[in-house]
Amino acid sequence: MTIARMTTSRRRLLGTAAALPVLGLAAPAIAQSGPLKVGMITTLSGPGAALGNDIRDGFNLVVKNAGGRLGGVPVEVVVADDALRPENGRAIAERMVRRERIQVLTGIVFSNVMLAAAPVILPAATYISANAGPSQLAGEGCNANYFNAAWQNDNLHEAVGQYVTQKGLRRAFLIAPNYPAGRDALTGFKRFFKGEVVSETYTRLDQLDYAAELAAVRAAAPDAVYIFLPGGLGINFIKQYAAAGLRARTPLFGPGFSFDQDVLPAVGDDALGCFNSSQWALDLPLPANRQFVDTFEAEYKRLPSLYASQGYDVALLIGSAIAATRGRVGDRAAFAAAVKKADFQSVRGSFKFGNNNHPIQNIYMREVVKDAQGRVVNRTIATAFEAHQDAYAAQCKLPA
Amino acid sequence: MTATLFVEQTLNGLQFGVMLFLMAAGLTLIFGIMDVINLAHGSLYMAGAFVGATITARTGSFTLGVLAGAAAGALIALILELTIIRRLYARDHLDQVLATYALILTFNEGVKVLWGPAPIFLSAPAALAGTIEVLPGIPYPTYRLVVIAAGIGAALFLGWLIGRTRAGMLIRAGTTNRETVQALGVDVGLLFALVFAVGGALAGLAGVMAGPILAVQVGMGEQILILAFVVVVVGGLGSVRGAMAGALLVGLTDTWARALLPTLLRGLLPPASADQVAANLGSVAVYLLMAVVLAVRPQGLFPRHA
Amino acid sequence: MRERAAVAVGLALLVAAPFVLEAMDEAFLLSVLTRMLAYALAAAALDLVLGYGGMVSFGHGAFLGTGAYVAGVLLHHRADGTAVIDWPVRIGGTAEALVAWPAAALVSGLLAAAIGAISLRTRAVHFIMITLAFAQMVFFLVLALPQYGGTDGLMVPGRNVLVGASLAGDAPLYWAALALLVAFLAFARSAMAARFGLALKGARMNERRALALGVPVYRIRLAAFTLSGAVAGLAGAVLANQSSFVSPDLLSWQRSGELMVMVILGGQGTLFGPVLGAIALLAAEEELAALTEHWMLILGPALLVVVLFFRGGLWRVVAGKGGHA
Repeated sequence: MTIARMTTSRRRLLGTAAALPVLGLAAPAIAQSGPLKVGMITTLSGPGAALGNDIRDGFNLVVKNAGGRLGGVPVEVVVADDALRPENGRAIAERMVRRERIQVLTGIVFSNVMLAAAPVILPAATYISANAGPSQLAGEGCNANYFNAAWQNDNLHEAVGQYVTQKGLRRAFLIAPNYPAGRDALTGFKRFFKGEVVSETYTRLDQLDYAAELAAVRAAAPDAVYIFLPGGLGINFIKQYAAAGLRARTPLFGPGFSFDQDVLPAVGDDALGCFNSSQWALDLPLPANRQFVDTFEAEYKRLPSLYASQGYDVALLIGSAIAATRGRVGDRAAFAAAVKKADFQSVRGSFKFGNNNHPIQNIYMREVVKDAQGRVVNRTIATAFEAHQDAYAAQCKLPA
Repeated sequence: MTATLFVEQTLNGLQFGVMLFLMAAGLTLIFGIMDVINLAHGSLYMAGAFVGATITARTGSFTLGVLAGAAAGALIALILELTIIRRLYARDHLDQVLATYALILTFNEGVKVLWGPAPIFLSAPAALAGTIEVLPGIPYPTYRLVVIAAGIGAALFLGWLIGRTRAGMLIRAGTTNRETVQALGVDVGLLFALVFAVGGALAGLAGVMAGPILAVQVGMGEQILILAFVVVVVGGLGSVRGAMAGALLVGLTDTWARALLPTLLRGLLPPASADQVAANLGSVAVYLLMAVVLAVRPQGLFPRHA
Repeated sequence: MRERAAVAVGLALLVAAPFVLEAMDEAFLLSVLTRMLAYALAAAALDLVLGYGGMVSFGHGAFLGTGAYVAGVLLHHRADGTAVIDWPVRIGGTAEALVAWPAAALVSGLLAAAIGAISLRTRAVHFIMITLAFAQMVFFLVLALPQYGGTDGLMVPGRNVLVGASLAGDAPLYWAALALLVAFLAFARSAMAARFGLALKGARMNERRALALGVPVYRIRLAAFTLSGAVAGLAGAVLANQSSFVSPDLLSWQRSGELMVMVILGGQGTLFGPVLGAIALLAAEEELAALTEHWMLILGPALLVVVLFFRGGLWRVVAGKGGHA
């Protein structure tokens, strides 16, 4: 935690200043000095906290392994909790960019927070997303100072659509929450699925019980069920799917979000045999990945999730760009150009940016299995896409 | 909609309703007798689930986990009553809402500190994991049947407690006329603490019973709390019978709305917009039900001053 | 009189703030202050219902959020050049604050009138629950609106213009927010001293007596509830401009709870207290969140202590005079 220590004294002053703006307590803006600051706005409280926690831990691991440096330059990671509230995310972004003059930011988990913070961040700083990849920032709205080092939101869904088609499964039953990301997810799946969609069911975002939907699945008897139910919703569904005896009858597919190390320990055996997609996997046989997984487990006493891998990769990426620009992150054009080269050893293997600053990368299919120690983990079984690019890149005017 | 599907969905609605009843029974008793609105009731549910999951993991016995969850709910409720809630009886509802809102913040963060931010594991024992054929051609998850049975058991216990025991007599008297009970020379403080502990035990039980079906995570209490409020308001404050009726009505409305609306609407609208409209109507069906009930009967279905 | 002095000092501070901050090269804080003023307006509006009327509304987030969405949606359609609705009459988007802000107040007010008309048939705890449940209903309806982003929220392109003059930048919006707040406080203050306010307070203290005196309690309460909802909507419109973004989070029950906390923290039934409460709560959140990741573990117990032991709120400390506790 020493590295991620928040800049307490300074922000205390800010808080006081905000309360008593004209009593002469407002501290003067402090020029950038000392270690290079990297802003991390992420979700550390509420139901999405596990995701932000993993991104932060993955990021900090890189900094720690390098003795508090990124790209050879001493850094200070300024962490702030957005509590999954877009308004908070924006306020934090404003403080980091306008007051602390931080020029490199990352960490936002959820698209809604990202969209709220982007207008504040992008005119003044470079943002490298470790998770959220809304289509609004991938197509026409792409930005030279916005990078996504994880995925565009649709990618993992597209991969499953592709894989289900390859497997010759004809009839699919789709379930997602009734909100934009849910509809986008199913659109992404259908973009590459060539069979028949038996039903496209939209559920409530606060839905606890899926018995009604499970009964409908049983009645429809499809070849495959595809769910996009993030976080707790997915846990609820998978448990109930298994209890309804459907796991043995119809294979369950989903994006990696519902089947990674943040949720698998909570679902346990009920998730065994489910298939999911990810740009990364625990068992990818790459030296960089082995080192990541081993050091992460040694440091935090748990297995990393894909979110942790994304935080780790973003730290490596930022480090590579800091090294290339010798720490002069203020020259935004040069810094962005250095980021775009993606000159780092990604734990997922081959990785490069497309014209819209979103990844061109492989997407793998994984199956949930038990490992030698009896832990519920993912095993890579196939490559759904090689060097896959998102569907919005063509609408982006940025040069390749 | 086939007959089998209808039976299955009705069972689903019942099971969901029973779950809500366990939450709502405590809430409604606490309103009825102490006239206290306790937002932190959902925190007791969450505490029950976390403690139950931990004990189940440590001992390997789900039964012990269930008992521990209920006990944790009762114990925490008791401590809350003795230290904080007791000071709120003389206050207006506003202070109660705020104090218990502050408790929610505290509990959620406390659980995160103790158990970490990620959801934790709890599953039903292997014996309850499969399905049972309730009617020919209708397999139904065994565990859900157990939940229904446990809920009915709890309802019968409450019925006995309130209808057949001296404490229950005082509780009944308390909901309609608190002064009388005080005049009888009863230790009201003890009675209130008891009621709070019973409510807490039911919430803890609901939490741990929900564990194998739902995610055990921070914030789980608020999700069900608001629905439990709807149940209490629909049923009538202070009435356990009302809570049962309200819970079943809400559970069935919610399930049927999700199961039937898409089919119904597809007959009327193009498929894409039918799904959309159905999903939207499904999300507000329960609240619409409440609005209708209150527009007709502002005191709920079983008003206590009947 | 101490209260009058406290109000004068507070107003002087708020008027001086832009100049002082500008001189100190801290203009960024003005945006933070604007957000505080918007919440202060909503909290003061809630105080009419909660403090003066004794109606514990747990659903004011719905009005705040609705107002924000109205302003945001009008700007959105204006930028797109599309119509908000085509039927029965065509309503296009607009950036003019003199149209958009009253529209936000109007829509929120109508919503409040509809919710109030049903909710006010109930009493006490029923009222708390039913306002909460109605707010949840509005929340889910907004979540389900795909054209306005659903859970993602809606990025608001640009800001409103006031009679042609842009509200872009920190200072113009700050002045607009301050003017709205001052105007509302002045209006509400006199309304509460007039017959309307006396009837509202009378109904809170003794409903039966008020009815016996021929006070149309239901209508008075409904009027107060509607006015309060409309002003909360106006505050939402300011927030939409301040953050260039609207999201369903504004309509959530947590926001409703926070508004109540602001009122109580500052002192209910004082109008100025909730303003102070809003500023204090938002500053405390920011300060605590910077201290530790587990800041809620401090905020929660702190609120509990305030509710249990500091009845009357901050305004009593500052002005030596609270409302009813």
